[in-house]
Amino acid sequence: MTAPLLQLAGVTAYYGSIAALKGVDLEVGAGEIVTLIGANGAGKSTLMMTIFGSPQARDGSITYDGQDITRVPTHEIARLKIAQSPEGRRIFPRMSVLENLKMGAAINGFAHFDEDLGRVFGIFPRLKERAQQRGGTLSGGEQQMLAIARALMSRPRLLMLDEPSLGLAPLVAKQIFSVVKELNERDGLTVFLVEQNAYHALKLAHRGYVMVNGRITLSGGGRELLEKPEVRAAYLEGGR
Amino acid sequence: MTAPLASPLPHALKDAAITALIAFGLAAPMMGLVTVQVGGDLALEQHWDRVAWAVGIVFVGRLILNLTLWRPGRVRTKLAVSPKLEARLMKLARWLAPAAVVIAIALPFLPGIERYQIDLGILVLTYVMLGWGLNIVVGLAGLLDLGYVAFYAVGAYSYALLAQYFGLSFWLCLPLAGLLAAFWGVLLGFPVLRLRGDYLAIVTLAFGEIIRIVLLNWYWFTGGPNGITNVPRPSFFGIADFVSGKDGFAAMFGLKFSGLHRIIFLYYLILALALITNYVVIRLRRLPIGRAWEALREDEIACRSLGVNTVNTKLTAFALGAMFAGFAGSFFATRQGFISPESFTFIESALILAIVVLGGMGSQFGVAIAALVMIGGFELFREFKDYRMIVFGLVMVLIMVWRPRGLVSSRTPSVFLKEKKAISGALVQEGHG
Ligand SMILES: Nc1ncnc2c1ncn2[C@@H]1O[C@H](COP(=O)(O)OP(=O)(O)OP(=O)(O)O)[C@@H](O)[C@H]1O
Ligand SMILES: [Mg+2]
Repeated sequence: MTAPLLQLAGVTAYYGSIAALKGVDLEVGAGEIVTLIGANGAGKSTLMMTIFGSPQARDGSITYDGQDITRVPTHEIARLKIAQSPEGRRIFPRMSVLENLKMGAAINGFAHFDEDLGRVFGIFPRLKERAQQRGGTLSGGEQQMLAIARALMSRPRLLMLDEPSLGLAPLVAKQIFSVVKELNERDGLTVFLVEQNAYHALKLAHRGYVMVNGRITLSGGGRELLEKPEVRAAYLEGGR
Repeated sequence: MTAPLASPLPHALKDAAITALIAFGLAAPMMGLVTVQVGGDLALEQHWDRVAWAVGIVFVGRLILNLTLWRPGRVRTKLAVSPKLEARLMKLARWLAPAAVVIAIALPFLPGIERYQIDLGILVLTYVMLGWGLNIVVGLAGLLDLGYVAFYAVGAYSYALLAQYFGLSFWLCLPLAGLLAAFWGVLLGFPVLRLRGDYLAIVTLAFGEIIRIVLLNWYWFTGGPNGITNVPRPSFFGIADFVSGKDGFAAMFGLKFSGLHRIIFLYYLILALALITNYVVIRLRRLPIGRAWEALREDEIACRSLGVNTVNTKLTAFALGAMFAGFAGSFFATRQGFISPESFTFIESALILAIVVLGGMGSQFGVAIAALVMIGGFELFREFKDYRMIVFGLVMVLIMVWRPRGLVSSRTPSVFLKEKKAISGALVQEGHG
């Protein structure tokens, strides 16, 4: 593992009085793809949002690039070149594809807007064809592409994706994963990937974590986890 | 295809009869019995003929609807306006807006235009401006504000009080009124930052009432229910007053004195203010802040994770919206020459909001049309004042049934690759896939 870009130590998070994260330790090295798998309601999305400061961690610390971001407000975390494609995509449905992308680029003041636009249109040609279409009228897969493209528009160092393959045809899901791989290999983008699709995620990732009930129960190399009988039993066989 | 249906008549008759019964229940006390003053006493006058008419109209109308539009099994056409027509209208609208501006500029000098029409024009334009201002808050930022009239009141009272206590001129007070209203906008904005939708609506409603009640009860300062009389009239940009003496506007420009000069001047003043509002809103929509407002309306969490400071974004929406209401308010004060809390009741907020919603939230042109229809229509029905609220309500319901997204529901994107393409709101439904 390389030097950690993102480091979580003993992070807890609550919704009211209900604990969703019960002390999470996790590291994402620079240039790595790290995946987090787990059952429904395990707290994966919560963990991703907690890194982003909503809900804020109650105990523990989150360090990004040597800086403690545990108590930094969400919109300022976004300025640290962390971008996310959140659960449910959360694109702006009534705004056009292009406007959605502009929203993604706003954070660095549109410094290299045209260049970045060309880049994401190169990755997702479908979006270019539909640049003027309203986000809400895109197909599910196209919306996912838009959510990822929007995140990429800010030129992030760390890209966090929450279930990017959700609801996509296997072929499209595969395409999304290969885009992630390419961005990682070619541009050195660090990726934190939350997935239900454990097989593909673990195959793609350098390392993986398994979350059960707000705790990390297993971690290790992607392939290594794939071989583990407990992982196979819980997340692969039948679930694939 | 569905199997041939049984005759719809019995069902239609039954439904119409039930509706007629309800109409009777409503009309009997409201239209059938009228209290009249007989000497010093109240007496009841009976008007069963009116009730019969009302019930008859409801019955026949419902029956006709049941047999035509609401006939069971009728294939519904989704759009009242065909896509082709819509596209053509959109093209037309591009010409219509500049044409409307030209007509508005020429209006005072068109034949057949007299003082009454110019006064009406001033009124309509005031509401156009208020609609455009509120459009920032409701249409763009998606913050449902039911107390917008409060900022209108702040603007009006700012000018009236500054003029009364410090003798400041209208031209000095106009920007001050805008600033003060913006300040109150921020003040309202802070406590409601976390609220959305219905909760926000209730708090803003309360805010509007608080301002009015304070104005009503702060007797020694605001004059309470008596209001403020003799609010100074505006001068011609501080150069000349609209009076008949030799220093007056008419004498200065070698014209024969006419009381109409001031009216025409006021007309152009509100036209200019409204156009400035429109220009600012259109410009802002293309800037990052405008896009952030729209994004905020759609998804606050996504906004925050894209680095948008939602607090500042909301506050600027409140402040800017309030500022334009403040300008309009001080215009209102100088035009009327008299203000009192009566002019700033909830119904005003509701009217402005109705203009924004009917116009198609976020559409500048739609808002202008809606203001013209509503305020102009209100005036048109002045003679039938008993019925105008009914007509007013009916028109609103009909518009919302016909065009649930407002008159002009298409939203023109603010950025383009190559050519402009409007995206019709009626044509495309939101997908949630
Ligand atoms: N806003 C919220 N308020 C209260 N409880 C919440 C909230 N969001 C999530 N939870 C709860 O926190 C727990 C973890 O939810 P989370 O969304 O993080 O799960 P997840 O691992 O992402 O599940 P999935 O795979 O289904 O997306 C769940 O029990 C959920 O009910
Ligand atoms: Mg989740």
